[in-house]
Amino acid sequence: MEKLLDVRGLTMDFGGLRAVDNVSLEINKGEIVALIGPNGAGKTTFFNCTTGIYTPTGGDVVIHPPGEAEVRINGMKPNRITTLGMARTFQNIRLFPAMTVLENVMIGRHCRTSTDIIGAILRGPNTKKQEKETIEKSYALLEKVGLDHLANEFAKNLPYGAQRRLEIARAMATDPFLLLLDEPAAGMNPQETKELDELIVRIAREEGISILLIEHDMKLVMNISERIYVMEYGKLLAYGPPEEIKNNPKVIEAYLGEEAVHA
Amino acid sequence: MIASTIRKAVIAALWLAFLTFPLMVVKVNTLKDLVEWRWINLAWVLYSGFFASLVWQVLYQYRKTKKADDEDDPSLQGLSLGDRLMVSLKDPYVLVLLFALAYFVGLYPLVSFEFWRWSCKIALAVLAAKLAYKLFLVKKVRSCSAVMKESPLSKPILFAVLGIAVIYFPFSVDSYQVNIMVLALIYVVLGLGLNITVGLAGLLDLGYIAFFAVGAYTYGLLNTHFGLDFWICLPLGGLIGTFFGVLLGLPILRLRGDYLAIVTLGFGMIAHQVLTNWTDVFKGNLGIHKIERPGFFGMEMDLAQATTYTYFLVVLLVIGTIFVTNRLKDSRIGRAWMALREDEIACVAMGIDMARTKLSAYAFGAFWAGTVGVIFAARNTSINPNSFTFLESAIVLSIVVLGGMGSIFGVIIAALVMMLMPEYLRDIGEYRWLVFGAVMVLMMIFRPQGLIANQRRTYKYEGAKGEES
Ligand SMILES: Nc1ncnc2c1ncn2[C@@H]1O[C@H](COP(=O)(O)OP(=O)(O)O)[C@@H](O)[C@H]1O
Ligand SMILES: [Mg+2]
Repeated sequence: MEKLLDVRGLTMDFGGLRAVDNVSLEINKGEIVALIGPNGAGKTTFFNCTTGIYTPTGGDVVIHPPGEAEVRINGMKPNRITTLGMARTFQNIRLFPAMTVLENVMIGRHCRTSTDIIGAILRGPNTKKQEKETIEKSYALLEKVGLDHLANEFAKNLPYGAQRRLEIARAMATDPFLLLLDEPAAGMNPQETKELDELIVRIAREEGISILLIEHDMKLVMNISERIYVMEYGKLLAYGPPEEIKNNPKVIEAYLGEEAVHA
Repeated sequence: MIASTIRKAVIAALWLAFLTFPLMVVKVNTLKDLVEWRWINLAWVLYSGFFASLVWQVLYQYRKTKKADDEDDPSLQGLSLGDRLMVSLKDPYVLVLLFALAYFVGLYPLVSFEFWRWSCKIALAVLAAKLAYKLFLVKKVRSCSAVMKESPLSKPILFAVLGIAVIYFPFSVDSYQVNIMVLALIYVVLGLGLNITVGLAGLLDLGYIAFFAVGAYTYGLLNTHFGLDFWICLPLGGLIGTFFGVLLGLPILRLRGDYLAIVTLGFGMIAHQVLTNWTDVFKGNLGIHKIERPGFFGMEMDLAQATTYTYFLVVLLVIGTIFVTNRLKDSRIGRAWMALREDEIACVAMGIDMARTKLSAYAFGAFWAGTVGVIFAARNTSINPNSFTFLESAIVLSIVVLGGMGSIFGVIIAALVMMLMPEYLRDIGEYRWLVFGAVMVLMMIFRPQGLIANQRRTYKYEGAKGEES
């Protein structure tokens, strides 16, 4: 199997707080992998370390872009990492509110296009061609996530669920081989969650983009992911296929148990 | 509701009277050792304060309840005339006009009869027009911009009219007016340049005028020492401006918001201090004199001709700036600038190189300031540090904010108003700064998006149209 992301012994300290403690995780080509755990377990911090928002205190983050040499990306700038082919969404939605929906997606194309200031001013045939391609690709992505009818709305005017899908479309516009989704179903109703579920599977199957997903919605996680990693207090508690995780006593106690009690 | 509004207005008026009492009412005559009590002023303050507070409350209420700008007023459709009148009376503009009318009517004992008659007449006419409009023209006339968009001819016609006006202007007024207009247009370019840095990329810059100074002194020094021509210095000014933009941009890459504002403020101050105190090079407060005006193939020009010539040069520069900004706005670069303004973290996470994007925005803004600085030096023929103080930076920033961040047309209007208003308000002397301040405060409260809100381009999807429908 072709490994795409290989995280070994990742550790992140905030002052005295060890938010991520020696976590290892790998993702293979074509997989949907979930990262679960109670609030404050360090999942988002893990994302931030792998995507370059934070520089991890220890450990290695290595990515293998398909058909290229592997790269160790610790401490690399986020934009470099995205350009290498690993894109993400945010738990607390981070769109560009005063730009249109289409423009938000077009921003994702930035690192795959090359027009510079002079080119933009002269607006020659190459620039025009690139611009046209950008618009078409972005529009196609909006169609995929079902937002094409809102293309010229301001992003801030979208309902919550649509904003989450727009974030996914924007991340996909960077042509990633691996997509990291931080709680994409947070705040969605069951119907929207179901649609999202289908969307994620479609992205993985049709686009061949592997996915690492942080999610609280157990049904969604169990449905679509091939492997699950469980974190608690910054540490990796368990990992394996959904069936195993479901029946792992430690996980039940730490996380699922809570759910089971409330259910 | 009405009672509480009036009570608030009374309290506000009393409070205002109390605050301004020592200033407005008491006057100590130190020569005769007398205290003069100017009670008439108290009446003025109470009376005006009361009405000002009423207007304020209405507008404030309106701001809070305001919905999206609707083209037609559905609340008025299908109502009887009487009901319409009642609804109209709740309209904030009608209310404000009513207050204005009441204000002028009540002024009767305080002002001259002529003034009273005319102000009442004007207030009444405006009110009547507004009411008639509300009562009988329920369907609003389609907005100007909608008409503009629909008719294919309107744009060329508009440009033609505008072009003729711009060309005709210097020949229709004396060269003093033209000279003022040149200064206003210089500030248009400054506004558009800073609009890139602040309006598009969201990098607050309180020392922008330093780049303007760089351009002006580049030409001033090169021309007086080495006799370099205006036309050689024009691009040089822009380039050196850009160079300083990059130089100052580098250390502030990591800064944001307040910190950025303070550091750029410091840069502006430093620039001013260097110009003032490095007298060997910059001649301090004396400044540099006898800078040549722009030449035209060595043609001899008298003062009026030279002014007109400068006017057309700066018009060309304005057109160039508009053209370039417009192209950049809807390009890969412009979108990256806006994304940077909207959310830095999301921006880098989407693969945009923050350092490069910030630097380009900062340097590109500086480029225009440097370029137009050369024209400024050539227009004035002498420059000194007093043209490049914090006040000038603040004025350019106000132009951008008042015009509407990121909006080209808004910035042009704001620059013209800001620069021409003081000239034509000279009659009211120093009060013009008071008016200016009040306008700023009111704008920020009631129209924070600026005169003309920045509009985003809408894209039409052409490919695969067939499948879509
Ligand atoms: N920038 C930061 N500075 C300090 N502490 C942080 C920071 N980011 C996260 N933390 C802490 O790290 C822990 C893990 O947080 P987080 O990764 O957001 O958890 P999760 O996403 O699993 O809910 C929390 O205790 C949080 O307070
Ligand atoms: Mg989280």
